[in-house]
Amino acid sequence: MAQATFRIWRTQPGGGGAFQDYQTEVSEGMVVLDAVHRVQAEQAPDLACRWNCKAGKCGSCSAEINGRPRLMCMTRLNSLNLNEPVTVEPMRTFPPIKDLVTDVSWNFRVKKTIRKITPRPPDAPDGTYRFAQRDADRVQEFRKCIECFLCQDVCHVLRDHREFNEFIGPRFLIYNAQLEMNPIDTADRLQDLKDKHGIGYCNITKCCTKVCPEHIHITDNGIIPLKERVVSRFYDPVTRLLHMLK
Amino acid sequence: MADATTYTYDVLVIGAGGAGLRAAIEAANAGASVGLICKSLLGKAHTVMAEGGMAAAMANNDDRDSWKVHFADTMRGGQYVNNWRMAEIHAKEAPDRVRELEAWGAVFDRTPDGRINQRNFGGHRYPRLAHVGDRTGLELIRTLQDHAIYLGIAVHMEHTVIELLLDGGGAAGAVAYDRDRGTFHVFAAKATVLATGGAGRAYKVTSNSWEGTADGHALAYRAGAELQDMEFIQFHPTGMVWPPSVKGILVTEGVRGEGGILKNSEGRRFMFDDIPDNYKPQTASDPEEGWRYVMNDKNARRPPELLTRDHVARCINREVKAGRGSPHGGVFLDIAWIKEKLPNSEEHIKRKLPSMYHQFKELADLDITKEPMEIGPTMHYIMGGISVDADSQETRIPGLFAAGECASGINGANRLGGNSLSDLIVFGKRAGEYAAKFAQQNGQPRIDTARVDKAIKDSLAPFDRGSKGENPYKVQQDLQDTMHNLVGIVRTEAEMREALTKIRALKERTSRVGVEGHREYHSGWHTAIDIRNLLDVSEAIAVSALERKESRGGHFREDYPDKVAEFGTFNIVTKRGADGSVQVSRLPIPPIPQELQQVIEEQKS
Ligand SMILES: Cc1cc2nc3c(=O)[nH]c(=O)nc-3n(C[C@H](O)[C@H](O)[C@H](O)COP(=O)(O)OP(=O)(O)OC[C@H]3O[C@@H](n4cnc5c(N)ncnc54)[C@H](O)[C@@H]3O)c2cc1C
Ligand code: SF4
Ligand code: SF4
Ligand code: FES
Repeated sequence: MAQATFRIWRTQPGGGGAFQDYQTEVSEGMVVLDAVHRVQAEQAPDLACRWNCKAGKCGSCSAEINGRPRLMCMTRLNSLNLNEPVTVEPMRTFPPIKDLVTDVSWNFRVKKTIRKITPRPPDAPDGTYRFAQRDADRVQEFRKCIECFLCQDVCHVLRDHREFNEFIGPRFLIYNAQLEMNPIDTADRLQDLKDKHGIGYCNITKCCTKVCPEHIHITDNGIIPLKERVVSRFYDPVTRLLHMLK
Repeated sequence: MADATTYTYDVLVIGAGGAGLRAAIEAANAGASVGLICKSLLGKAHTVMAEGGMAAAMANNDDRDSWKVHFADTMRGGQYVNNWRMAEIHAKEAPDRVRELEAWGAVFDRTPDGRINQRNFGGHRYPRLAHVGDRTGLELIRTLQDHAIYLGIAVHMEHTVIELLLDGGGAAGAVAYDRDRGTFHVFAAKATVLATGGAGRAYKVTSNSWEGTADGHALAYRAGAELQDMEFIQFHPTGMVWPPSVKGILVTEGVRGEGGILKNSEGRRFMFDDIPDNYKPQTASDPEEGWRYVMNDKNARRPPELLTRDHVARCINREVKAGRGSPHGGVFLDIAWIKEKLPNSEEHIKRKLPSMYHQFKELADLDITKEPMEIGPTMHYIMGGISVDADSQETRIPGLFAAGECASGINGANRLGGNSLSDLIVFGKRAGEYAAKFAQQNGQPRIDTARVDKAIKDSLAPFDRGSKGENPYKVQQDLQDTMHNLVGIVRTEAEMREALTKIRALKERTSRVGVEGHREYHSGWHTAIDIRNLLDVSEAIAVSALERKESRGGHFREDYPDKVAEFGTFNIVTKRGADGSVQVSRLPIPPIPQELQQVIEEQKS
């Protein structure tokens, strides 16, 4: 069986950390998460990482592999160059907890600041709503999100500019988008998007879309349409006037 | 308990899958202060992995459906040892529970007239599963999560409960540690709801995540509650078998629903060779009729690949044992063959089974539109669980409630696909409602500090033994091998006796496991704690399976291959005796009311 080297980030108890190399056996069909588990079982029982489903469904095992934000359970070793060490490090945008585990609690707090769904009355007394599949389609694309936060990790507004108080990040822009496009919702989130959630900070670099493991068109189908709605509400003179009269 | 923080709530919910979230929501809505504990981050529980859908007789796709048909299907699937009252409540309340999810933001697939679309599934007479493609569990958990976060529920993520607390025989809360730092916390509560999910990790090959270590089953058992129906375990016929790292991961029944067929190494469609007599009238007589069924011909009968899960799993097991398996020890599941029938089969498969297409493409490097998959049985679901009252979900311990996969009753000997997700919301709601009511009527219990101290001391013991102790991963693996080989799909008296001897030896080894290092995020230590739970529950499974000297649903004995009427009159219950040993008994099933019996008879025709 072949050997490969995994250069894994280990935090140190007092703070800080360093890469450490682990050689381990690799076999056909393995993914990065398997290699990390093998290192854990054989060489470093206290190596910390998150995972649940091993099938790309829960969004727990996010990390940066050879510098790219990815799910460890969906990154096959045969897609990487094993002649060189494979680097595995935590998402750098979030505060470290231990080794590959980061503190993503900010994301959970941000979600609470977004106005929840406010449904119109149902179409029948038993609670049935009626709407067409094509109206469901665009919302369902965003609801595929597994909350891996890889898009948050890669977005420069958060990663480099640290605008955690001003900007909610791509994950929560599409969270807004699915609510705004939900056929039964009646709430209005545009003011918040502009003032509280910092949609203006996004300059459509599309890095978020590139890393999304669910292949959600975060920018084209989510952020851009939201930006257009914000612009036409607040910056287009005619709609602004109409809105003021309402 | 000097260094343990204490939190105080009216209602403590342990587990944040579908059942726990739904319970927390209901309790919070009733005005209770609610604490919610889960081992992973919020939204990552096992429920997120469910694919096919949730069963509810809304009759959107076929107006012949009703609660009565759903009830009768559930009882037939469970081979009539279900708690009939739970099956009744479930069938009656599931439609409302599903519809309310839409008002909370869920967006299900639609029928042409704009209502929630429902799909066919094994054992359900009419199309009944509300779904979102093949990611229904994600929709359910996200909807509940996003509803719950606005209700003032205190969520303690990445905390693991290690023991329940009691006060005068009633529930008083729990002790937990957090993964981050490995420190201990006491949760005092007037009422406690267990919603901890399944036990898959007792077996070598499973579709369950690391969380499925039967904690709730074991916590309740150690606190003196009863476990019921533990011999009934669902092996899903189609789990991945290759590559090794994904062995056990589920391949949805939907593949067979869309026309996928099972073949052995000789290319034979072996499911046609063994169709049980009582299913013959409903099963296709040849491949042609089976295909017409897939194409929604209402006059065609279903292909034999869609027989009940236990039967299909045993047939696969037999082919493999007879040396007619695939290269990696499974059989072939072929959906690519439909290209003979459909010109655009590739697109069709990708549209109908998007996440299966991706799963095989990305994890096995295999294109399911072109090649057959290799699959084999995987431990998927445990029908057995904590005994509860049907209406309130209260256990035998006052103030302790249980809901979801860790509770028992609704499924009897075998669960129908889709009945779990609906079970979570129907009985999660009831557990939350009755727990809040209980909290209103009772005061804050006393905390038994001696029990807290003991729980903490016991769980830290592996550190005292350090690396010289037994390796916890090794003990867990040995247990998984034991259960897989000796209490698996096909069981015998001799093998199960051997399993019990091994389990008892493993218990002894567990008292010697050791770990080294710091307590922060230490998965070796966590495993050392989990094993205790897995061992208690494995023992209950083996003991119950020995007691049931017949074959029924998810329990098949080679030495007693037939169903025996007498065994249909009771459930098997295990309980911890005063000396710590497991006690087994037979609990008669109360007579079913005339009206319900009549519903069953009507649906038999
Ligand atoms: C791959 C797959 C597909 C499935 N598809 C379907 C389907 O299509 N339809 C269907 O009806 N069913 C399906 N099932 C079954 C169904 O998903 C499960 O039975 C159901 O989700 C269990 O939900 P639950 O709320 O009981 O527990 P879970 O979702 O398992 O949640 C358990 C919770 O308890 C917590 N917990 C456990 N132990 C502790 C502890 N000691 N301390 C603190 N917290 C703890 C966990 O962290 C977690 O939050 C599927 C199962 C699998 C594996
Ligand atoms: S497109 Fe916008 S949200 Fe996405 S990464 Fe770029 S700046 Fe961030
Ligand atoms: S949008 Fe995509 S990348 Fe972002 S959290 Fe969701 S699944 Fe992950
Ligand atoms: S473990 Fe669930 S996404 Fe990787």
